[in-house]
Amino acid sequence: MSATFVGMPAFPDAARSALADSQLRGNLAHATSTIRGKRAQVVGEVSEWEELRLAGAAIKDNTLHHLDEHLLRLERSLTERGATVHWARDAAEACAIVAGIAQQHGVDEVVKVKSMATQEIELNEFLAEQGIAAWETDLAELIVQLGDDLPSHILVPAIHRNRAEIREIFRAKMPGAPDDLTDNPADLAAAARLHLRQKFLSARMAVSGANFAVADTGTLMVVESEGNGRMCLTLPDILVSVVGIEKVVPSWDDLDVFLQLLPRSSTGERMNPYTSTWTGVTPGDGPQEMHVVLLDNGRTRALADEVGRQALRCIRCSACLNVCPVYERTGGHAYGSVYPGPIGAILNPLLRGVGHDKQLDSLPYASSLCGACFEACPVRIDFPEVLVHLRSKVVDAHRGRAERGVRCTLRAERPVRLGRAPKPEAVAMKAASWALRDAGRLGRLERLAGAAGRLLARVLRRSAPGGRRVLGSLPGPGARWTTARDVPAPPTESFREWWQREGGRS
Amino acid sequence: MRAALLVTCINDAVFPDTGKAVVRLLSRLGVDVEFPSGQTCCAQPMVNTGYLDEAVPVVRSFVDAFAGYDAIVAPSGSCAGSVRHQHGIVARRSDDAALAAAVAETSARVYELSEFLVDVLGVDDVGAYFPHAVTYHPTCHSLRMLDVGDRPMRLLRAVRGLRLTELPAAEECCGFGGTFAVKNADTSVAMGADKVRHVRETGAEVLVAGDNSCLMHIGGMLSRQRSGVRVLHLAEVLASTEGR
Repeated sequence: MSATFVGMPAFPDAARSALADSQLRGNLAHATSTIRGKRAQVVGEVSEWEELRLAGAAIKDNTLHHLDEHLLRLERSLTERGATVHWARDAAEACAIVAGIAQQHGVDEVVKVKSMATQEIELNEFLAEQGIAAWETDLAELIVQLGDDLPSHILVPAIHRNRAEIREIFRAKMPGAPDDLTDNPADLAAAARLHLRQKFLSARMAVSGANFAVADTGTLMVVESEGNGRMCLTLPDILVSVVGIEKVVPSWDDLDVFLQLLPRSSTGERMNPYTSTWTGVTPGDGPQEMHVVLLDNGRTRALADEVGRQALRCIRCSACLNVCPVYERTGGHAYGSVYPGPIGAILNPLLRGVGHDKQLDSLPYASSLCGACFEACPVRIDFPEVLVHLRSKVVDAHRGRAERGVRCTLRAERPVRLGRAPKPEAVAMKAASWALRDAGRLGRLERLAGAAGRLLARVLRRSAPGGRRVLGSLPGPGARWTTARDVPAPPTESFREWWQREGGRS
Repeated sequence: MRAALLVTCINDAVFPDTGKAVVRLLSRLGVDVEFPSGQTCCAQPMVNTGYLDEAVPVVRSFVDAFAGYDAIVAPSGSCAGSVRHQHGIVARRSDDAALAAAVAETSARVYELSEFLVDVLGVDDVGAYFPHAVTYHPTCHSLRMLDVGDRPMRLLRAVRGLRLTELPAAEECCGFGGTFAVKNADTSVAMGADKVRHVRETGAEVLVAGDNSCLMHIGGMLSRQRSGVRVLHLAEVLASTEGR
């Protein structure tokens, strides 16, 4: 239980270590390309896919616009059906509520349904401190937990592991794992089943999240592939569900859209194998005590961001991770959060704010803005737009100004100002802004570059195919370009000069 | 039709041959393109790095330079995309309604080169001759921001002498990403390495794309690896008559 994301280095440094791990890159390239192919096939089958995406985005946006009303309605419906509703402002409150319920019942072990919300609040770690063991029952989460590892993917948290590594983890850490365990997936799954079966039968309390919470009826829903979630949701006496407040949908009708979007985007299946729903307590059947912890933990902060709030549409499908060329090469750990990939690059700064933590501030820059994530997102989160917006918030936070929100108060701060200790980047951008606001200034700089180009043309020996002279190394920050890339020498004459000389005639 | 060349700052300062090729190509097709001398940059480097205040005066100079043209033609999907999708954001930041109105006016008139050729001029065959083995990389912003679709391929297929080979995983980003290329240099290079590997697998002599920024990155690696593969902007291929 010592593994933690706390204290992770900023993305570029974390990525560098990950990139050096060729086993990791091999595992990821194989896994993501497999899921990408499956997704592309089943999405391609749906002729109205774009309409479904629009509908999914619209339902989420409408719900978020009236989130307070829907949450109160959800609370009423849940309470009427015999569930107890708790409100948690942050991770600490949510963890304390769950631990309190366990302690009230003298429970020292719980079984867990795979849940991002409980990963986000680090519930397992908190429960362990209270002497309560939390057993992950999702196969991939179990691999991560037994390996004292960190999740690196939302859907497939152990995506960075191959089956040989999984066998070693099971043999070393899973009580009762046979000595002659092979790395055959069926054998690995069978060993996990034996291990988990004892947990299901002995645990009196289960902890879950929820994919959706229906306000009309007070119904919670979990979609999964393995059926282990359903065991947790039906066998124990006590069920506690930690649900992010953005998971609420107004009615069952809305699920029609999401149950088409989610499995195709997520596992690349037409339908997920297990869809479990539960509506309060049913006497004599299933858990007889139900609690729902409605979790904020930064969601209202994200909601207040006019551009960023679209990230709260996310249904945790992972399609953005699987298509992301950055994620495919660095893996999930480099993002320093249970939410990695493109969604992590926007969600973490939105939930936790920017300007106070180097690691968080590095995340919006962990993208080439290629837009593959936007294209794949089933709820049409415009990732490039949000990433660029968050970059401006990072920069603004370091100008020493408050986060932009109320525009009228910022008019007085309009002139471009730098913080007390400007970064070289800020100086460069200010200089570029000065040079590029006036064609005369740019023209003079280009003439200087042209002089350098004429000089270099005599000195440089190397040229690229086609004859263009190239430089193999640059000084200063330019060195980061030339570690693996040549750079073309400046031309002897800019286009502007050519145009003036030729009078615009070729 | 008054058409302006938005040459883009990178082509102006680093790849002037691309600008000259656009002038030559359009002139051959009967369009005497003008070069508004007040132009500098679309401000994308500032916007994408988060420096919106710094982008405001640059966008202001952009709309001043390009006011009054019927069409603004850019040999860059990325810069055309930036004008269409980001100038509005910068104008909102400025709180200047006049700038916002000017931005809406100019943005709607900006065309990436292949869009201008196929949609406005209505041509696929621009009368080019380029007898080389070529592969084509569709840059992310032309593909996913502008949705230029198969326009560049239609133009290339009509070039006489040109042998076009399909690039594996063509739609995957090359890893350039503007300041991403230096802020996250290791990841950028890892992405570029895969792109370069795919380019070399095709056996093409020339890699063509519609953005010199991406080509500077991919070409920089091809050159470092002494691959012998040349990179060339789409405009230069389409302008080429190679002595004919």
